[in-house]
Amino acid sequence: MVRPLELDTPAVTAVKVEQVEAPDKKGSSKPAEQGKAGVRRRWRRSKRAAEPAPQAPAVASETRRLTLEIAPNDPVLAFLQGATGAVDVSTLPESSPAVAEMRASSVELVVPLVASGEMVGLLALGPRLSERGYSHDDRRLLDTLARYAAPALRLGQLVRQQQAEARSRERIEQELKVAQLIQQQFLPSSLPNLSGWQLSAFYLPARTVGGDFYDVMELPDGRVMVVTGDVTDKGVPAALVMASTHALLREAGPRLVSPADVLARVNELLCNDIPAHMFVTCLVLVVDLESGDVVFANAGHNLPYLRGADGARELRATGMPLGLMPESQYDEVQEQIRPGEVLLLYSDGLTEQHNDNGEMFGFGRTGELVAAAKTGSGLVDSCVTELDRFSGSQEQEDDVTLVTLERSSAVRPSRVATEELLLNFSVPSEPGNERQVLARVADAVAECGLDEDALERIKTASAEATMNAIEHGNHNRPELPVDVSVLRTSQGIAVEISDLGGRREDAVADHPDLELKLAGLQTPRGWGLFLIENMVDELEEHTHEERHTVRLVMHVDPTAADQAETDGGVS
Amino acid sequence: MTSDYEVLALNESQSAVIVLTGQVDRDAATNIAGAYDAAAATSPTTVVLDFSRVDYINSTGIALIVSLLGRARAEGRAVHAAGLTDHYRQIFDITRLSDFIQVYSDVDAAVGSATT
Repeated sequence: MVRPLELDTPAVTAVKVEQVEAPDKKGSSKPAEQGKAGVRRRWRRSKRAAEPAPQAPAVASETRRLTLEIAPNDPVLAFLQGATGAVDVSTLPESSPAVAEMRASSVELVVPLVASGEMVGLLALGPRLSERGYSHDDRRLLDTLARYAAPALRLGQLVRQQQAEARSRERIEQELKVAQLIQQQFLPSSLPNLSGWQLSAFYLPARTVGGDFYDVMELPDGRVMVVTGDVTDKGVPAALVMASTHALLREAGPRLVSPADVLARVNELLCNDIPAHMFVTCLVLVVDLESGDVVFANAGHNLPYLRGADGARELRATGMPLGLMPESQYDEVQEQIRPGEVLLLYSDGLTEQHNDNGEMFGFGRTGELVAAAKTGSGLVDSCVTELDRFSGSQEQEDDVTLVTLERSSAVRPSRVATEELLLNFSVPSEPGNERQVLARVADAVAECGLDEDALERIKTASAEATMNAIEHGNHNRPELPVDVSVLRTSQGIAVEISDLGGRREDAVADHPDLELKLAGLQTPRGWGLFLIENMVDELEEHTHEERHTVRLVMHVDPTAADQAETDGGVS
Repeated sequence: MTSDYEVLALNESQSAVIVLTGQVDRDAATNIAGAYDAAAATSPTTVVLDFSRVDYINSTGIALIVSLLGRARAEGRAVHAAGLTDHYRQIFDITRLSDFIQVYSDVDAAVGSATT
């Protein structure tokens, strides 16, 4: 601590307020000790400009540091703030602990340093060397000095404060840069070279670090797993959750292989650890490089877009985001990427970016870009360019991740070229007309080599799809037609059923659960889409403006033996 | 075309047989509810649904069967099914109705099992 001063010289010493703010001022920049109640303010007496004085000559004028603590409720504060010039310590209230300390340190005179109406420090003086009291002139000189010193002191304090803030900002920025480097290690540093396929990716966090991620893993069976994910929120909290999710996926992916199992497993682990109100959307997709067969499952992530021979369509699969609900189960959806087709996985940073007019980038623009895409890398480029152009002066709102998977268009001809239209007709949107569709589809495919089981399945699927088109697409309005096309394809047959209801967000209902239905927890209805999915070999949905089409595909295996089962009585 | 039904109460086996005809779809809703009421009036332990004269069951029909099954279970009655084509048997499997409804090839087998 400070030794009693030997103020045998007229030492002019600034006693400065270490904290800049006045006692009643809010928004102080220092933490902890700063609150209003009971906080003691530290006053420090220092040499001018607070320089250490190692080389101070051993002359009479010696200055010392005096640290005075003046509590916010010390009566002397009011005194000093009201003072107009130099104040004799002897006139200050004795009840003040600070005054007692001044006296103990032989301070005789104090001059408040006031800048912008705020006391920022004190000049404290010991006894005059001549052992006479301070004269009138002395005091005037001190007043003048105080008037000049106060703004300078205030400025010094502000500079110092800013420097401290800048240092701490710099430290945080430095740490964030390190975090960014670490996070970049989680993302694939280069994409694998896949024979017959081109992978492209783009990742741009909204801040230094982000909550988006993507990954590409080669599986033990030779297939490739592609993962995209998005943690709620952005910045550091999201990045931390992203890191652990990424690690869990890395572990579960090659071990479990099945996208649904991977998501279910990671969900279980995340549910234990994730902070409340945070969750992760994630899409896991496994592609067979030979056949183009794709199986994927979705935990609340944006639906992938496929640019096929006839434009863009979304590949649908739904499920709970990771980390929200233990024991969530995920459905696996099968698809195929044909030669020349491009698949886009993306995060909502793309679709939810706003422009200067407050519009969102949206699915429409995204779908158009996909439909126009020639190649995967071209699609990434056009998305980035278009998003940048669209955003105008708006900041990037959320992390953006894009991954494209393009199958080289080589050997096989495209699907359209090999399709033959067998039948095309319309029915009015009246309940019951599905039976007409069922009968006409059955006639049209009679010669296509479907076995009896497959025939029954396409009949049921066609009827159900028509019912959906009538009820959910055209809302039972008889003047709206349901169009039906029956096509012979290279694989078998396809039935396309179209309505004018546009994109149906709710088309994929929750999987019906009989036990829940019997317990009255789910409506007894809701079997239509479920039946269709289970009847056909492939189910596709696409929407072009208001026209919504469901395509039902049945494969015909020329070598298939007649699978007449001999049924016993009891199942 | 409409759906129709017939209820046969077989008291010695404590089962009631509902013979359904035509289509089990939205048009069958009142008929099926009525048929079950009539069947339940005989206080059977087992209700047998005879589908041998049914040529079409759709998702709405499945919903009707689910509702009927729910009522029967609430009242402590078993539900059996008979005469389903292979295709509709498959649908009973897919929807898991066959976990709750014993499926028999014909009514005799269904009723026979109810007596034992």
